[in-house]
Amino acid sequence: MAPTDLKPKNPSSPTNPIRGAGVDPATGEFRVLGLGQTFLSVTQKIAGIVLTPETPLGWFALFSVGGAGATVLLVAITWLFLKGTGIWAVTQPVAWGFAIINFVWWIGIGHAGTLISAILLLFKQGWRNSINRFAEAMTIFAVVCAGMFPLIHVGRPWLGYWLLPYPSTMNVWPQFRSPLLWDVFAVSTYATISVVFWYIGMVPDFGTFRDRAHNRFAQYFYGLLSLGWRGSSRHWMRYETASLLLSGLATPLVLSVHTVISFDFAVAVLPGWHTTIFPPYFVAGAIYSGFAMVLTLAIPLRKFYHLEGLVTERHIDNMGKVMLATGFIVAYGYGMEAFMAWYSASHWEAFMFWNRVFGPMGWSYWVLITCNLAIPLTTLWSRKLRTSIPFMFFISIVVNTGMWFERFVIVVTSLYRDFLPSSWGTYRATKWDYMIYVGTLGLFTALFLLFVRFLPMIPMNEIRMMLPGAKIGPKAPPKNAAEVVN
Amino acid sequence: MPPREGTYGLLAEFDTPSDLVRAAVKARQDGWRRMDCYTPYPVEEAAEAIGFHRNKVPLVTLIGGLMGLAAMFSLETWISVLAYPLNIAGRPTYSWPAFIIPAYEWTILWAGLSAAFGMLALNGLPSLYHPLFNAPNFRNGATTDKFFLCLEALDPKFNLVETRAYLGTLDPVSVVEVEY
Repeated sequence: MAPTDLKPKNPSSPTNPIRGAGVDPATGEFRVLGLGQTFLSVTQKIAGIVLTPETPLGWFALFSVGGAGATVLLVAITWLFLKGTGIWAVTQPVAWGFAIINFVWWIGIGHAGTLISAILLLFKQGWRNSINRFAEAMTIFAVVCAGMFPLIHVGRPWLGYWLLPYPSTMNVWPQFRSPLLWDVFAVSTYATISVVFWYIGMVPDFGTFRDRAHNRFAQYFYGLLSLGWRGSSRHWMRYETASLLLSGLATPLVLSVHTVISFDFAVAVLPGWHTTIFPPYFVAGAIYSGFAMVLTLAIPLRKFYHLEGLVTERHIDNMGKVMLATGFIVAYGYGMEAFMAWYSASHWEAFMFWNRVFGPMGWSYWVLITCNLAIPLTTLWSRKLRTSIPFMFFISIVVNTGMWFERFVIVVTSLYRDFLPSSWGTYRATKWDYMIYVGTLGLFTALFLLFVRFLPMIPMNEIRMMLPGAKIGPKAPPKNAAEVVN
Repeated sequence: MPPREGTYGLLAEFDTPSDLVRAAVKARQDGWRRMDCYTPYPVEEAAEAIGFHRNKVPLVTLIGGLMGLAAMFSLETWISVLAYPLNIAGRPTYSWPAFIIPAYEWTILWAGLSAAFGMLALNGLPSLYHPLFNAPNFRNGATTDKFFLCLEALDPKFNLVETRAYLGTLDPVSVVEVEY
């Protein structure tokens, strides 16, 4: 494809529907940042969202919805701890149900945050700067929700520390050949590194908040969080090196985490799970759903807080492109599963696939195909649709649904009719399953709203680097310096 | 241990990064060594101008990563071979391919923590107090939209009156004295 095909046609023509302030006439590309932003305007915009005594009413409305969800989660988990996992629908033959589906779904959502903050930093994709902070926050809150599921699924969560290698009086040690133990290390490392990366990224912005806060308490609060950041050049250089190294480390980490999670399935000798396509297909699916979640969050946020100048159509458009690419990798994964069911010449594989598509729970497979392939992969080609904000919001919800069903299909339809017809069963989630799932959505919303209210949701220091004022002018005589730069 | 009283240095304020870089380059050429630039975002040219070219963060990260790798791999080997050998489907107790995965995760974990905490330690952070915060214009600008060059009193060339006049030749917006 010629590069011009990727740009809006004839940007200056009045008939072009996507012409406007968002398009840079010099390049024909959408601008990454809106026009007329300065160091001060960016700082005031972002700091103003946090450093104000006034909280918008809409925030309270949404927070009460999220808080209600978190309360539902608390109730459901309390009952779970009192009664045990028997209140869920998991039993033989479907021994893994909602808990594992939700675990994989949430972790997958988290991956886009790391991808945006780490991989796109390594590829020097400057446009990521506006969205990386809240994508990282999304990662952390998604990992919080995800990490809960294996813990409550072990049945006796108060013994969860048995997973760790520690010198106990029982002289028992973990078994390092099990993918479930690899998960412990993968997910705990992922959570730790994500939090560190996120926090280190915010330190200079906390410095800005400390210096701009008027309220005494806010000055102390952000002062402590900023660790005394003062913007020294020496500090900045070490800081940049550390950020780059953390990105370089987070990139193989994010790929390994979903790979290890796919091993939970792929290492089992079960038709539908025992397949080598799983690691790449899980990672691509994770990024697919994660970008969908970033859109789900970014679109209302930019509207609500009037951030259209910082999170522009360029971001929405680029995220649509990433979703298109990863969506096709996922489609290849589905195709390969179908192909291997035939090509393996295994009776069990063939039956599993037939049963997955046309069996009593085949509807879930068709929901998945509709939401992950049929709707997004046909429409995301269109630039007009990719830059239509309501449409992209719709697509993000569709893909999130589709990716949830993908995990449902993998977990449930591989298990419910296994080798022995006498042990066939079905799976029907109980109200407790639904309550915990909805509860984590509420918890995620509540945590995200707290983040938006109290922390810098757009990295000010990285946005400043992209402004025209940040260009270092040529070595002109000092008298002309101001004219050269501006 | 630097003295904790008197003058910390002289702080010159600039409006644009280009002015700052030009001033820093000039000061370095004129023999100043104890100095630093303060910017609201990373300005590589400013670090180069004051002669700060390389840092030790990568080395710290490498050492941390190797320690994590060695720690986890030896822990796994010791547990599976000596402390608690288990027969899992007849596989050898020393199943090193399986051990790679947790060892890989710990390499990243330790390297990442070393990068983050090593960077903070090398920067001398956290340090909630710094004399520069006493300067009236520093907090208003250094983390928002102003660019500062500080010539420190510990430099042998430093003299309150002459240095102030010298900074004046670099076209700053203002020059203020910073006290401990």
